[in-house]
Amino acid sequence: MSAPKALQRPWQLSLLSNGFLAFWCLVAAFPIVWIAIMSFKTPFDAFSSNPFNVILGPATRDAGLGLSLADIIVGLALAWALVWTAIKWLPDQVERFTPRGQALIGWIVATLAYGVVALVLFVGLMPVAMSVINPLLGPLGRDAIGLTTEHYEAVWIDRNFTRNFGNSMLVTAGVVSISLTVGTLAGYGLARSGSDLAFWLLIIALIFRALPHSVLVAGYLPVFIKSAEILRPIFGEAAPVFYGKPWAVIIVLVSINQPFTIWMLRSFFHNIPSELDEAARVDGCSHFQAFRRVIMPVMWPGVITAALFSFLLAYNDFLVTSLLLDGRNMTMVPAIAGMFNRETTASDEVQAIAAAVSITAPLFVLVLVFQRQIVSGLTAGAVKG
Amino acid sequence: MRTKTFIAFVGPSLFLMLVFIAAPLVTVFWNSFHVTKPVYEFVDVETCTPGFPTQVCTTSRKQLPVLDEFGELVTKTDFVGLESYRNVLELERLWTVLGDWDWRAANNIKFWQALRFTLLFTLVTMPLVIGVGLMIALTVNTTLSAIRGPVIFVSLLPFIITPVIGALSIRWLFIGDGILTAAMEWYTGRDIAMFAQGWTIELMMYLYRVWHVAPFAFIVFYAGLQTVNQDAIEAAVIDGASRFQRLRFVVIPHLMPLIVFVTLIHLMDAYRVFEEIVGFSSQAHVISLQWLTYDFLQPDEAGTRAISRASASAMLTMVGIVVLLVLPLRRAWRDRRGTG
Repeated sequence: MSAPKALQRPWQLSLLSNGFLAFWCLVAAFPIVWIAIMSFKTPFDAFSSNPFNVILGPATRDAGLGLSLADIIVGLALAWALVWTAIKWLPDQVERFTPRGQALIGWIVATLAYGVVALVLFVGLMPVAMSVINPLLGPLGRDAIGLTTEHYEAVWIDRNFTRNFGNSMLVTAGVVSISLTVGTLAGYGLARSGSDLAFWLLIIALIFRALPHSVLVAGYLPVFIKSAEILRPIFGEAAPVFYGKPWAVIIVLVSINQPFTIWMLRSFFHNIPSELDEAARVDGCSHFQAFRRVIMPVMWPGVITAALFSFLLAYNDFLVTSLLLDGRNMTMVPAIAGMFNRETTASDEVQAIAAAVSITAPLFVLVLVFQRQIVSGLTAGAVKG
Repeated sequence: MRTKTFIAFVGPSLFLMLVFIAAPLVTVFWNSFHVTKPVYEFVDVETCTPGFPTQVCTTSRKQLPVLDEFGELVTKTDFVGLESYRNVLELERLWTVLGDWDWRAANNIKFWQALRFTLLFTLVTMPLVIGVGLMIALTVNTTLSAIRGPVIFVSLLPFIITPVIGALSIRWLFIGDGILTAAMEWYTGRDIAMFAQGWTIELMMYLYRVWHVAPFAFIVFYAGLQTVNQDAIEAAVIDGASRFQRLRFVVIPHLMPLIVFVTLIHLMDAYRVFEEIVGFSSQAHVISLQWLTYDFLQPDEAGTRAISRASASAMLTMVGIVVLLVLPLRRAWRDRRGTG
């Protein structure tokens, strides 16, 4: 069925609006795609003012680092095969081998194993195999575009970025798990209570959400540095120093994130009909039992969405982690900003780009997998706000 | 739900917010009126150099920090009243330069420079974010449904990227003879240096922030467009409303609550502008209020942190956001009183 004639758009307008959309997509993706391309080139190519040099990398190719057409064809075929098996074959296998009720653990194991297999295929097997095959193929086997992974190796191996990665994972895992446990209870309580107290709590949480983080950190820092002195009367010699400790940062980020989390989860619980838990209460459940038996099974979509946003806050944070952690426990984002303080050479700069792309890659996968949840989370606050 | 059960559910969250949000505010308030300094004492020191026929000895008074029995600095905390605020605000310097109508010099006083940039940043990016977000939402809503999913995916990328990394990625496009600077130089035929002066850096920061936040506005508005009443649109068509009038009188009023929502969120987030300063390394030209506090909190060469001054600037930052939020919050309170 076509739209009524009066509502049809003249072709000029369609052209204009689709042109604008195409332009926006280009603008949205360009900086990210471009730094991803830059990270694979030698500094001379990466900072070339000719875009074709950046994409094709002639200097990188001349240095003997490159991909032949055969490499590209084989690589694309391999990538396609991996994606195909991930979509068609992997879900059935997970279902077959995991016991009922533990699908989540099964998926985590499967994803990790799959990642390892992909890594071995691409990084371990393919270069070796292709170095044998390429010379036999003539023109197809000659290097066509320059590409080098030396900056990634430098960042992850020489600069010990793996430790920063570990710290980031520790902090984000801690923040997500604690923040959700605490926030789910509070969100449920707020959604089911129509009292003035609940309303004022939400308003205060809104004000807390608006506070710039540096205001809070100015409050933590002197206390955290002197915490051993302050707590000595209570804990004696075992009094902990909070400064530089990942668990202290986890608690801080959980607290900073609470206002947002309880607002979001409250709106999700609001959408779960209250008849559901009222029925359970009539059957003799206490509030906690009703929550445990009736609400928990249906709350996961909302909780996953809130988890994504907690993850983003912890993973993306720069201000809190850079001020409250010492160099040994530094997470990835402050570590990369530290790369600019020294005398930077062009090679350092490309290494920083490689580190930036490394930080962005997990987020890219996150959007790919959880696009629907992110969209619903963004709109949830608005609809019930 | 009884109050007791309610408290049991909300308790842990409330506890965290009280201890880690409300309590730090109290210590910041207290610290902003107090200064902690090492205690110094004057000591007579006799230094002798070998000479002939006798040693040459000189006695001098030196100022040395007092150490306790563990060999650590003894510190003393004094009430200083508004001194830290005075140090941050530098009001006297401001009045003298303002008396000379010297705006450039006023821009060299850190606090006022940060305040100017933070407010301007908030005000400039807000209409841009709303406008660009609305335009993307309207165009996505009328395009083929098959490409909506991919467009949303691509749009989410700038939103989800780590802010420091996002700012860095824009910086790498422009720095030196970066690809976009080279393109502009080729187009204008002039030599362009985007990082040499304040206003170009500021321009890149506005662009970066719109790039970063417009997807959020887009997603919210797009969700709102799905619930526009089609009957109202048809009625408007029958009444002879043009395309623009339909947008102006039917669609925009329907989206109004969402526009207010995005404005409020953006107000809070833009006022916190900070990562751009780090990503663009712009502290020599452009700083923001959050960055000012951050800078006071960083240890200097001697390893001391200007806690008191940081607290004063934090308090001033907080006063700013409260002033900005008073109007929207009063409205929320009135709505509440109206409905309940």
